[in-house]
Amino acid sequence: MDSRTQEFLEEVQAGRQVETGDWMPDEYRSRLIKFIEMHGNSELMGVLPERDWILRAPTLQRKLALTAKIQDEVGHCQLIYRVVEDLGKPRAQCLDDLISGKSKFHNVFHYPTKSWGDVGVIAWLVDAAAIISQKALLKCSYAPYARVMKKVCWEESFHILHGRDTVLAMVTGTPEQFELVQEALNRWWEPLMHFHGTPIPAEEDPMFVWRIKSQANEDARQQFLEGYVPQILELGLTIPDPELRRADDGVWAYTEPDWDKLMAVVTGHGPASQERLDFRRLARAEVDWVSKVMLPEAA
Amino acid sequence: MIWEVFRRERKGQPFVHGGSFHAPDKAFADAYAREFYARRQESVALWIVPRDELTEIGGFPDEFDLKYRRVDGYSIKARLKEARERAGTLPG
Repeated sequence: MDSRTQEFLEEVQAGRQVETGDWMPDEYRSRLIKFIEMHGNSELMGVLPERDWILRAPTLQRKLALTAKIQDEVGHCQLIYRVVEDLGKPRAQCLDDLISGKSKFHNVFHYPTKSWGDVGVIAWLVDAAAIISQKALLKCSYAPYARVMKKVCWEESFHILHGRDTVLAMVTGTPEQFELVQEALNRWWEPLMHFHGTPIPAEEDPMFVWRIKSQANEDARQQFLEGYVPQILELGLTIPDPELRRADDGVWAYTEPDWDKLMAVVTGHGPASQERLDFRRLARAEVDWVSKVMLPEAA
Repeated sequence: MIWEVFRRERKGQPFVHGGSFHAPDKAFADAYAREFYARRQESVALWIVPRDELTEIGGFPDEFDLKYRRVDGYSIKARLKEARERAGTLPG
């Protein structure tokens, strides 16, 4: 590592916030692009499982709320891709790399949504897991990304409430409705436990070393369990992990998730990966003419 | 074409940079700004400016150490003490 890079590293570790025009090491730039691009991809792919339920939402109110959430997520994608663009990778390139499978998107968006229960569990618990990661990004060493996260977190809090409200309506409904939530929770628990990634120690995680992330993966997962397990259990739902318990020191124990499975899912081998990518390819081809009309530089 | 957005969160507050977005012209930029930055009334006003129209200036070194322009250029403690001694007003 040359002395300029070493100095930069020490500065970000001491809390420096980097701006777009500042000099930065190539490794820092490329790690930022990869991480932020995947976040943008996930916002975009994340609306597809929910989109499936716009036409099947149980009431007009729920339909409107779900569409509002989807609009938020696509808006986040726009904001986040702008951050990537200013780091040097054009949005069109991000969209191309997404559909070619060259870049990744988050594990939770590789799964199907089988019932309205899944929609509630996603908006409540997947968004809760996401907001934990995103709140930690408010302290990201790359300031333009941290600033975008402020707006994102603010909007996500509406999603969590909308999801929790949906789940509450179902668990206070008929036994069949309660069962739909329980089944959805059973399906989503493993992806939720995968969500924050392998328990790699912070000092060995390059994303932490460069202070792109400000917390270790396991800390994020523990925060999720601490915050949400009690909220799930108080509704009379069962969490499908017999090993799950809170030790006296406050640390949650759980069954070790299958990390190879996580890797397979995010590399495009999840149950809905190819279907989602196919849909994105189709959408990209179908709206190509719009880009050409709207953005002369895309023509 | 990239547009920069500045938003006023509440009346009486300054405009603060909020982010940026793509739009082909002013009419679309107006619509997108409303959708992205004000659809939940989180702003009371927006400024939108094509990025190319903005000029950023930065880097302001104090090569001649012009501290006399600032409060940290004045250390009055010792002189004040002396003045009070002379005047006989030094606190107990």
